[in-house]
Amino acid sequence: MSKKVILCRCEDVTLTDVQRAVASGVRDLEEVKRYTGFGTGPCQGKECLRAVALAIAEASGRAPAAMHAFTTRPPLVPTELKYFAGPRQAAAPADENA
Amino acid sequence: MKTRNPRPSHPGGAPGAAAPLPAAADIAIIGAGVMGLALAYNLAAEGGKRIVVVDANYLAWGASGRNGGGVRQQWSTEMNIRLMQESLSICAGFAQEMGINVWMRQGGYLFLARTEATRAHLEASIALQNRCDVPTRLIDMNEARQLVPELEVRDASAGDEAGFAGACFNPTDAIVFPWPFLWGYARAAQKRGVAIHTATHVSAIERRASGDFVLQTSKGPLIAARVVDAAGAWSPEVARLAGVELPDWPERHEILSTEPLKPFLRPMVSVLESGLYFSQSLRGEIVGGITLPSPRDREVRLGSRLRFLQSMATAMVEIMPLLGDVKVVRQWAGPYDMSPDGDPIVGEAPGAPGFYVCCGFVGHGFMMAPVVSRYYARHLLGKETHELFDAWSPKRFTAGGASGAREQMHIG
Repeated sequence: MSKKVILCRCEDVTLTDVQRAVASGVRDLEEVKRYTGFGTGPCQGKECLRAVALAIAEASGRAPAAMHAFTTRPPLVPTELKYFAGPRQAAAPADENA
Repeated sequence: MKTRNPRPSHPGGAPGAAAPLPAAADIAIIGAGVMGLALAYNLAAEGGKRIVVVDANYLAWGASGRNGGGVRQQWSTEMNIRLMQESLSICAGFAQEMGINVWMRQGGYLFLARTEATRAHLEASIALQNRCDVPTRLIDMNEARQLVPELEVRDASAGDEAGFAGACFNPTDAIVFPWPFLWGYARAAQKRGVAIHTATHVSAIERRASGDFVLQTSKGPLIAARVVDAAGAWSPEVARLAGVELPDWPERHEILSTEPLKPFLRPMVSVLESGLYFSQSLRGEIVGGITLPSPRDREVRLGSRLRFLQSMATAMVEIMPLLGDVKVVRQWAGPYDMSPDGDPIVGEAPGAPGFYVCCGFVGHGFMMAPVVSRYYARHLLGKETHELFDAWSPKRFTAGGASGAREQMHIG
């Protein structure tokens, strides 16, 4: 059996990938996301964020509570483009997430 | 004077997070986006010493980490065509040179034109591109559908507003995944002695009697003989710290990414009039954006809007209906760094000896950085100059500014 531990199943990011990122000096979830690509697939981090956060905490000797989640992007769940296509609907009450 | 440069909400992280900031630099670069990092790398590779890069945030936080990764040679001026030929060739060798996978895919760019007027512009540009050995062709919708069978587009005819007047296709344009470019340039620059300090906010730039600059940063002062403002859409704020007024301004552009799909879409597809563009990355996702009418922003705004998702989905599904069943997984925004005439602003700022700018790239900074940084490094080291330093000089916005052919192709 392979000893490879997959933390992000969407993008095939392994425990070793995260440990290497930390060893190179990358520390925050935002940076590790951009370094390894974890959390950019269909689950958008919903499955892997905790596991990666714990792996970073362990590898960097920081408390898990000190980790900050990366920015959540819309939409809430993967959604077919056809539901947004078509004549412009009336302005939604919340057009912007800023 | 304080800037509105966003301070990192949770400082720390690499690179250079733990190391102390050097006391002095020959050249201090503000902005660790692709432009600043590539410039630092090229300066060091050309023999420059004591190069320091500072950035308020982490790598890939700004526009360099938020763009669609297009690298094209279809431009409307000879200088831009030749520059982008060279940039593409640097991109093609990047993985080998830097030892990092940048997910480059040379699937071409297909530009669709709705109107006869746009088509006429394309024809003129294609003639120029062909003279520079870029193999762009003017094609009709029949051929466009042969290139991309999933497109449902037809030739324009009288009374048919949904048709297209023509298209152009260059098979040698490409896309890349932006993030590893930043890591690649950063690591290669560090190996050559460049100090990169992220999470390092510059709050003031003072000029000493000797002519040197003192940058007051969140990690202490940094004395620099010369300063390069490579802060992209934030460059006017940075320049203002040194008493320099720049004419560029930020414009929010939004972008989305879908779930990954089996490879099917070879070229980047773009509609010139609407600013729609989308491509399939080597990771399988469809990545793209569209231009929304937006008021001139006074500061960078990065919120995501439902309005963008609606416009983008409508435009994508109109020309490629099967995309209606594809799921969008993420949308985000990044700032274009707009210049008054659409051309970049590059060189020493008028009235501020030693203060250099590298900004105003109007959404093309990423694809231009590999080549522009190479010439900028040689220019700063006094080895060689290039016509771009005349064409893109910040002096053109002051009295008696330069004139010349201005770029017309600003999408994708």
